[in-house]
Amino acid sequence: MTLTEAPPKVPARQPVRPPKKRLRHALTVAVFLLPSAVPLLLFTLIPMAGSLWTSLHEWDLITPMKWVGLDNYAGLLAGEETRAAFGHTLYFIAGYLPLVYAGGLGLAMLLNRAMKGRDIFRAIYFLPVVTSWVVVALLWKWLLNPASGIVNWAIGLVGLEGPGWWTDPDWAMPSIILASAWKDLGFVMIILLAGLQAIPKEYLEAARVDGANAWQRFRRVTLPLLSPSTFFVVVISLINGFQVFDQVHVMTGGGPAGATQVVVEQVYNLTFKYGRAGEASALSWLLFAVVLVVTLIQVRGQRRWVNYG
Amino acid sequence: MAGSARVAAATLITALLATACSQGSATRTTEPAEGGKVTLRYFTFSAAPDHVKDLDTIVAAFEKENPTVDVQVETAPYDQYFTKLQTSLAGQTAPDTFELNYENFVTYAGAGSLLDLGTAGGDTDTSGYATESLNAFKHDGKQYALPASFSTVVLLYNKDLFEKAGVPLPTADWTWADEQAAAEKLTDKGAKVYGDFQPVTFFEFYKALKQAGGEFMSGGKSTFDSPQGVKAAKWLVDKVGKTMPTEAEIGGTADFDTNLFKSGKLAMWHNGIWQFAGLKDVPFQWDVVVEPGDSQKASAVFHNSVAASATTKHPREAYAWAKFLSSSNVAATTRIASSWELPPVSDQAVLQGYLKDPVPANRQAVFDSLDNIALPPVIARQQEMQDAVTQELTEAAAGRKSVEEALTEAASKVDALLG
Repeated sequence: MTLTEAPPKVPARQPVRPPKKRLRHALTVAVFLLPSAVPLLLFTLIPMAGSLWTSLHEWDLITPMKWVGLDNYAGLLAGEETRAAFGHTLYFIAGYLPLVYAGGLGLAMLLNRAMKGRDIFRAIYFLPVVTSWVVVALLWKWLLNPASGIVNWAIGLVGLEGPGWWTDPDWAMPSIILASAWKDLGFVMIILLAGLQAIPKEYLEAARVDGANAWQRFRRVTLPLLSPSTFFVVVISLINGFQVFDQVHVMTGGGPAGATQVVVEQVYNLTFKYGRAGEASALSWLLFAVVLVVTLIQVRGQRRWVNYG
Repeated sequence: MAGSARVAAATLITALLATACSQGSATRTTEPAEGGKVTLRYFTFSAAPDHVKDLDTIVAAFEKENPTVDVQVETAPYDQYFTKLQTSLAGQTAPDTFELNYENFVTYAGAGSLLDLGTAGGDTDTSGYATESLNAFKHDGKQYALPASFSTVVLLYNKDLFEKAGVPLPTADWTWADEQAAAEKLTDKGAKVYGDFQPVTFFEFYKALKQAGGEFMSGGKSTFDSPQGVKAAKWLVDKVGKTMPTEAEIGGTADFDTNLFKSGKLAMWHNGIWQFAGLKDVPFQWDVVVEPGDSQKASAVFHNSVAASATTKHPREAYAWAKFLSSSNVAATTRIASSWELPPVSDQAVLQGYLKDPVPANRQAVFDSLDNIALPPVIARQQEMQDAVTQELTEAAAGRKSVEEALTEAASKVDALLG
């Protein structure tokens, strides 16, 4: 299909250096890597090792740790709390992912065409992404306040009675999903917008000439060629979805009646409210394992549906 | 230009980091004090926001008597207090002295985080304390904390609303049935006036259970999953949406009940005597009675104490401060004069001073409520038990479970915590 020839492959030049120069080269590389390697070591790798160590102990934060081997993991795997926490997390993802993807795609399509004030709209939709989660969560808590929020006021105008939102165990998770999708919409939009712009216009033009209608062009040309961006969005959103915490902690604190008790909220409560830091660390590692497996499955599965043009 | 911008940015970031680090006072280390003075940190939840000045009065009196000690007060709201305390103990930046309530005392004493105050000061005079208060803070025969204050829960009521509705005022003989009948008459949903307010929580439940003649646990097993338990839970749950606002109507507003009562739209309020100071200037008449019971009377009593960290570098000073704050004359009279809970002193003459304040008129009810007290059940995994019971009751209040199901579920969770 492509008209331009790929540039001839030139073997990379391997400069042959004397040992002294090689050492200098290695040192230079090390110096440049240091600024990112040191924080990574200090704030990610060492704490991770510490958390693995903690997960093999019983620890209430006050008394010395007690070695329990794999008991924490066994207890969690058998426990009903763990199942409930993963269940709530999956509920969140099931609502959040389709909503944020469909919304982001819609926005990206809208803002991909020539229109007045396009850049301003793009910036506006991106604003929530760079806003602190605490601010956004408080804002939504306020908007969705069952007694005095603007959403229920608007629902009241058409003669209906709004739900209890985050005060109602059945509506609390939908409230959090709504706030989360709203905040992350701009991020998904930007990624998909970049993907849309990389689709050569000629393809769509050719499809049009062949008699494909708008839906067929979207379904058969745009979506398949957008699949690398979609793949990226799905991987990132799934990881973020499994780690959902800030909005839950601020909006409901896992309540009401435990209806939004997601995994990371559970980790927080176990550590800081209940003094069960060992089990909390073990739960973090279980979450890590789940995210790793899910991501690996996606990476393997992508060959089936991701099209790199 | 670019260079100076970079310097400015770096300065800003450093400044931000410095501010970030200096936040979270509970996890700060003590700076060396000047001139051989000892800095003693004290962490409290009961002083802020209404009684910071009263605590300052006590601190000033203590520092005058002990010129080499500088007491630094740090406060946190109750719902964040124990997270901060626990984290600072784990990070070995615990305050020298801190407040502990009766429910959490066992957890900390059992964990070995507390200094034995019985031996720390080389002084064993405890004659100033009421004996039962002192005993509440003993663990394994050691005095790990000194009782500093206690408070009880009573029924506060808005006299004006009662008179306007022509409902007879509550008396000490009232039962649940009387309260319920009055609450129904006093509730006027159109005017957003509610008859009653009693949160659906662990703390209200264990007390209501005792009022209904039930027991929370016995022989290391929960026993609240009983006919009395069902009665107590229904007493709480059935008010929601009838004589009391629902969760949706409360909308997570902080101090909703306090503001509702203060604005004259709440007739009866189950709350503690620590609310008295904040109700000084309300534009209506109000009074208190001992809480109505069902088959018997039972009033909640909360005890707070002062403890010292086992790792404090100044055990003698910590003891001196704990003793002063809990039993000195200045502390006792300051607490009484400002209605900041009650001092656990043995001197009845000091306590009688509490009755001098004319509002509320029936202050005697506070002392009467001590005749039949309901102490909270305490276990090592206290917070989890409280949360489990509250969560199940909330589900029942939201109509997702029957009261019976919720109690069965709560009982099995509590039994699991009892191990």
